[in-house]
Parts: sequence; structure tokens; C-alpha cells
Amino acid sequence: MADVTLIVDGKKLTVPAGTLLIEACKSTGIEVPSFCYYPGLSLQGACRMCLVEVEKMPKLQTACTTPVAEGMVVTTESDKIKQARKSMLELLLANHPLDCPVCDAGGECELQDMTFKYGAAESKFMDMKNHRDEQQWSPVVYFDRPRCILCYRCIRVCGEGMDVWALGIQNRGSSAIIAPNKQDHLECEECGMCIDICPVGALTSGAYRYKTRPWEMKHTGTVCTHCADGCKTTLGARRADTGMQIVRGDNRDKSGINGDFLCVKGRYAFDFAHSDCRLKQPLVKRDGKLVPTTWEQAFELIASRFKQVLTTDGPAAIGIIGSNHTSNEENYLLQKFARLALGTNNIDHHRTADFPAFASALAGKAEATASMRDVHNAAAILLIGNNPTEQHPLLAWQIRTNVRLHHSKLYVVNSYPIKLRRQAASFAQIAPGSEGGFAQFIAGSDAAADSIVSPKLSREALAALRDALKQETSLVIIFGSELRGNDVKALVDFGLARSAKFICLGDYSNSRGAADMGLYPDMLPGYGPVASATTFHTDWLDEIPATSGMNLLQMMDAAKEGKLKALYVVGSNPIARYNIDPFALSKSFVIVQDMFLTETAKIADVVLPVANAYEKAGTVTSTCGDVQILKKAGDFAGVRTDFECIVRIAATMGYDVRKLVPFGGEGTRADMGQSRGAQSGEADRHAVWLSEHNLEPKMSPFDPSAMLDEIQRLVPAYDISRLSLLSGQDVHTQLVQITGATGLGHPELVLPANDTLFTSGTLGRFSATLNTVMERYSSPVEPEMVAGYDPAARQGP
Amino acid sequence: MKFSDQLEQRFAAMVTHYPTKRSVLVPMLLYIQDELGALNDEAIHEIAERTELSELEVRNVISYYSMLRTHPIGKYNLQVCTNVSCLLRGGEEILEHCQKKLGVGNKQTTADGLFHMEEVECIGACSWAPALMLNYEFHENLTPQKIDELIDGIRKKEHQ
Repeated sequence: MADVTLIVDGKKLTVPAGTLLIEACKSTGIEVPSFCYYPGLSLQGACRMCLVEVEKMPKLQTACTTPVAEGMVVTTESDKIKQARKSMLELLLANHPLDCPVCDAGGECELQDMTFKYGAAESKFMDMKNHRDEQQWSPVVYFDRPRCILCYRCIRVCGEGMDVWALGIQNRGSSAIIAPNKQDHLECEECGMCIDICPVGALTSGAYRYKTRPWEMKHTGTVCTHCADGCKTTLGARRADTGMQIVRGDNRDKSGINGDFLCVKGRYAFDFAHSDCRLKQPLVKRDGKLVPTTWEQAFELIASRFKQVLTTDGPAAIGIIGSNHTSNEENYLLQKFARLALGTNNIDHHRTADFPAFASALAGKAEATASMRDVHNAAAILLIGNNPTEQHPLLAWQIRTNVRLHHSKLYVVNSYPIKLRRQAASFAQIAPGSEGGFAQFIAGSDAAADSIVSPKLSREALAALRDALKQETSLVIIFGSELRGNDVKALVDFGLARSAKFICLGDYSNSRGAADMGLYPDMLPGYGPVASATTFHTDWLDEIPATSGMNLLQMMDAAKEGKLKALYVVGSNPIARYNIDPFALSKSFVIVQDMFLTETAKIADVVLPVANAYEKAGTVTSTCGDVQILKKAGDFAGVRTDFECIVRIAATMGYDVRKLVPFGGEGTRADMGQSRGAQSGEADRHAVWLSEHNLEPKMSPFDPSAMLDEIQRLVPAYDISRLSLLSGQDVHTQLVQITGATGLGHPELVLPANDTLFTSGTLGRFSATLNTVMERYSSPVEPEMVAGYDPAARQGP
Repeated sequence: MKFSDQLEQRFAAMVTHYPTKRSVLVPMLLYIQDELGALNDEAIHEIAERTELSELEVRNVISYYSMLRTHPIGKYNLQVCTNVSCLLRGGEEILEHCQKKLGVGNKQTTADGLFHMEEVECIGACSWAPALMLNYEFHENLTPQKIDELIDGIRKKEHQ
């Protein structure tokens, strides 16, 4: 649209026509106060706080509903405006108690700020306050009517933003009241967006309210560790007996890929970190029982058993299972430890998507993967399989927002009527299990149509859909783990011909990172085959064993036969996840690193209590390939990071840890330069900054950023901007494969997590808040919405 | 839930008058209320389904309009106007007289369930003030005497 020039407070500015006055002011640094206006939501014009003077207009105008016009002359601060705003505040405060010191929102309340600014604390109103008692609407949502200023933000974000429509307004005028959909309680997705968006303390969080004050917390912006979408969550931590305890999760800085959004897990399910069930000290098995021991003894035992197995049975008798939740550095270190220190390729992880097939299909093509931000802007989106509303809440939010604000064209192909069909321009309900067939069909295989058509999808409609998709020129194609192997290849070939971008949906916070970092028996980081020469072979002095190792299931079979003498499990629970008979591992020496005594930890010989993603530094990669930095928010006395454990085991075995972690390079041993020369003190400040961000100046072998150096140097596509990463931005990495691909992975090994909105594997089991929410939804609200999966799986393992 | 044949026919015809289904909500709520006496949970559920709205939205609308109600009231609803014209011509006295005669306060129903009375704003009968509405029927140029006749007449009719 053409640009419009206007003058605001004497400043001349040019903005696109159609821009709202409030946004135009914001763009030049002038803040116009408002309560009801919220960027991205529909306009309300309810609070009248944004009144401004516009020349030649007789009355004050609301800046939030007035579009800019050519030659407009606007004043945003004058005595008249000040008086008007003060009066508006008086009206808002007619029923609002001024008890900020006891209000949960005190200190971060927009009404408090405005009252302070305009001095409307004294009121001319003599009427009785219209009081109602506080109500609990759900385990996590409380509503306090007198504090509500009727800005309608919650109603709009719940309806327009979340497509839940659980909040409404009842009555009229000053007795109007926000109402939940089930008269006295809420039945919704429990995302807590209404709480976050509330400008006052009317809606408060059951998980946080009255526990602390905002200024008593240390806030850390880090990445949520639940699903694979990589939302940024700001964790507020406060000193407790066990260390720094996280008491609140929200997205106050809004700089992450998730913008305004956080789901129930990101907002409330951090409490697994201070669960009573958390392990606090290493355990060893004595006389069939796990008993506490010291770290030194635990490491000694592990190292001696590893060495013993290596001498008597060789490296092939050791297996390693990595994690979907540990950082990229830890995953990389783990496979490096396995391949170099132990000399085995027997390493695998719980695979939730066929990333190797995806990487292989892309065949090194650049700009072919979409970031989460692309989903917000794409002109057209094709979603095959999965149910993002339940499994990828941020993705669902991005899709909804894109459709709502940018009129993106959404094609949904699913065997179930998933909720996102409501935003879809085209919804095709295919026969169950025919997602792969659909990929083959659009790629040109007409024969596949037989398996796809369903009572709800005719052959003609299917053909019309293919024709429509062929016309799309800037498509983002998103597919779930239903698509594997050759089907992924067919889909990618179809899309690449039309310069589409792709997103392959894995399930856990670092599923993509685990895959990229080479937690595979037959692939190195970056999906290069172990057998052929890669940069890793040159860099690691050819110490990589040349033959592929055993995958997870083969390791379990080997254990059953007594051939697997030692199994090292890092942050994984294969016994429960793959439903393995615990006795299968009775002949192996099992080491488990975990936060809790999981089914696998229970049968272990040594259990090491470790830190979770909220308690360490490092990087993680979202399922779209957006790399982000983890910052340490909480602290739990007694635990250590997985990174440290791996390094210590290697060191105790007598392995030169410098070969594993390239720490302390030339000139950065101990003297940071603070003692010498004109620049003395500079490096010291650098060290202060590093420690403030829980990073170390790479002087110790436990510093993950030293590992990141090597990852950036050797792993294809990870040579990303370190500066952007450190400043907390998401940096998109492309799946560029090393030449000489291993071809397709093992589709049969992909096991979807089947998590729902209210489950999150082991983490969810130990989250008290998530459990109280889940109890309420023991029967799914809309059973058909749980796409493709057994309703029993809703409870999670 | 099924309404009377007459109402069903009315609904079927009305739906076609508007561009969206939700537009038919307010008139339908009024007709249903006339038929059932109040908008009970069952009726709310039904109308929500027919207009493709959530029950919450239907409740939002009901709570907005004072003439829509979720609980039954007396059979005869006396709505006494006390807005400017009626006020000047003795509307307040009429209101007081009604309350005394019926023995109930504003927005209350008599024990026998026959009468409900409430004070309302302008009902558009200023030329014949003071006035009241008895259900959908206007009674104008009121005096306490006329009120007595009206109420006694109804009582007599109902008790026969």
C-alpha cells in the first residue's frame, strides 16, 4: 500500500497507509497508553486510554482504532489528553480495588503503571464497590472480578488466537463480567494465554499466584524443554532449600519464535524440576538394591566396568542410548565418547521422526527447510498427518495466526478431523494410515489413490486437491512422523520442484538435535555414513569404527542373549518407551543418567542424578531446525549436567578429555588478560558477562561452548551466527547433508511419542501441575481430535 | 429438543431471512421465552446448536438483554415505566401503588406465581403517560384505581 505522511508531536513520519495511529506512534518511539489494544488481535476500543488529539477533529480520537491519514497532525500528550486519561482511569478504578501491595500482579500491572503516571488514585466516586468473590475456574486459572477492567483481551486471545472461545462476557455496562464457558469453570486447552495477556491481576495463575513478587525472582529467557517447537520461555527462579527453584514460566520478553504464545506445558510444567521424586545423589546397586554413593565412587565403578568389558569382550559389547532432551553439545559429546573413548558405533536414541530420510531426500538443497517463523508468513501451507493442536501447540498457533492475519491458504490432509481443519481452506480426510500413500499420490502415483479415498474423500476431490497443490508456488509443507522413508522422498521431490519449504515433525525438545548430532549407529553428526571418509574421520584421526553399530532394538536383543555387557543410557527410558522386559537387561551392566528413578533407572547398576534443560547451558535445535541457546535458570543441589558426567567418566577411564572437548586453546588457559597491558580488565568483564550467562570461558572441560566450537566447525549446517545465538535469537539451520549419503534410515524404528497437550513423557509424569490439569480431562473433550492415536495413550507412559 | 409446531415453522422461516445463522438468535430467544416462560439450560443448548454458536455466546446475549431471562417469573409481568414523561405524570406513585397492591418489591414475583413486577425505562407510550406494559399489552393514562381494577380483574379471571 502507498505510504502516508503525518506529524505526531511535531515529528514527521511516513508509514504505510492503513497503519493504526497507535502503531505509527510506536514506530517513532512515542508510547500511547492502552489496555484493550493488543497487536494482532481484533480492535476493541473499550478502554479509551489511547485518546489523542487530531487536528481538525472535534473530539479526542482513540489512537487504536484510527487509521493514519495523509497530513494528519496528532498530539499525544497535552493537558486535555492528560485530563481525559485521568478520567478514564477513574472510571476503570470505580470498581477496582487499589490494593496493589497484596495483588498478585503488583509490580507488573499496566493499570498500576498508568495510575501512577496520571495520578488518578483519588476518586470522586462515592458508590459502593461492586464486589464479587474470587473464583477458581480451573487448576491453573483464577478470576478476581473486582480487578477486571473489561479490556476483552482475554476473550479475544482465547477466541481469535487460540480458537478455543472459552471466555465470554455477560451482563452489560458496569456489571459486565468475564465468564467461563462452563458457567462456573473452564473447559479449555489451559494454555494460560488469558493470564499472560491480562493487563491487571484479574486472571492469575494457579501455579504461581501468591508465591512470590515479580521483583524477587531472577528471570532467565531459555527454551522450553517439552515439545519440539522450541518456544522461548522466561523462567522466574527464587532461592529455595534445594537451590534456585523455578516458580514461574511465561514469555515476558516476547522475543522468541513463539511471540505471545506459550502452551500449558511451557507455562506450568517446569515443576518437574523440583519434584520430590528427583534424585539427589548417585546410586549404586548393592545386594539388589540401589543405595546412595559418592560421585567419585560412581565414576570409578563405571570406568572400571567399561574398561573391563573393553578388555574381555571388546567395544561391540557396549551400547549407548542417548536422549531427546539433552543439549546438542551433550549429544555430540556422547556420540564422540562412544566412538572414540569406547570405540563403538552401538549408539542410538528414541527416534520420533525419520530425519535421516528427510535429510537424504533434501540432498543438500539449501533454503529448503522452513523455520517456525516461516509458518507465520507463508502464503500457503500443506499439513500432512500429525495433530499440531495437541502435539505441536506453537505450530498450530503459527498456522492459525497466519490464516487469521495474512489469509494464508491452509491445506490439511489427515485421517482424523483434527481441530486445525477449522482454519483450513481445504480439508481432506484420508483413509487411516494412508498419509504415505498421499505423498506418493501427489508426487504422481495415481495407483496410490485407491488406498487414500475414504467415505469422506472422493477420488475427484483428491485429484482436485493435487491439482490445486501443483499450482502453489510458495508452499510450506509440514508432515508428521506418519511419513517415513520413500514417502518422505516422494513428498520432498514433489515440493522441491515447486520451491516449497519443509518441516519434518519430531516430538521432543531436542529430537532434531539428537538426529543432527549423530545419535545413530550408522550415521555421524550431519547424517554422514560411518563407513566412508568424512571430515570427522580426518579431524578425529580416523578413530571411528568403520562398521555400523547396533540400533536400539538390536542392542536389547543382544542384551537378552547376554552379548551386551554394558549399556549406558543417558536421559532415556527405553524399558517403558519400547515396552521391554526389564529382565532383558539383567545380564548387562546398566548405567542410567536421569532426573528420576524411571523404569530403566530402577534396574540400573549405577544411576547418576543429572540436571535438566532448565539447569544448564547449551544449545537445542527445534524440529524446524531453529537452533537456540539454553540458559541456566534453576539449580538443584546435588545434580550434575550430563555433559560433566560424560567427561568425568572418560577422564576416570584415563581417556585424554582434551581429545573429546577442545577446551582451553592457545592463550586461554587461566590468565584472561586482566593483569597486563592497557586493556587489562577487558577480558575480565568478558568473563563476568560469560558467568552471568552461565557460560564458561572455555577453560574447563565441562564447558559446552567449547564443544559448540567443534560442532560449528564440523557439523554441516551448524556454522551459524554465534552472535545471534548468544543474544538469545533463534538461528535457522538448513539440513545440508554430507555428500555420499547413507540413503534411507530405518523407518520401522520411528516411534511417535503420542504426547497430547497435557502429557510430556517422563517430564509430564513428574509435573504436579500438569497432572492436576490432566485429571480434569481424564476423558478427552473431543476424542476424535486426538489424531491417529489410541485415546488410552493420552495418559502417556 | 422440539418446540411447538408454530415455533418450529417460525424458526424455519426466520433462518432464511438473515445472511448468517447467528442473526436469528435474538428473535428466537424471545419467542422461545414466550413459549417456555424462561430460557432454561435445555433451550440454551438447543438454540446454540441450531445457530452454530457456543452455549457461552448464547448466555452472553441473554445476560445482555434485561428482557431475556433464564428463570421463570410470574404469569403476568407488570412493567411500570418511570421515565421522564411518566415520572412527570405520576409514574412513581403508580409504581408504589403496584408494589403495595401486590405486596412485592421491584423484580419480584407474587407468592401465587401470578404476578411479577418491575420498574422499566421508557416504553414509548409518553403521549398517554403514565403507562405500563402487562406482558405485551399496553395500559395507559393510569390511576391507582385503574391499577386496582386491572389486577383484581386478572385475579378474578385466574381464580375462576
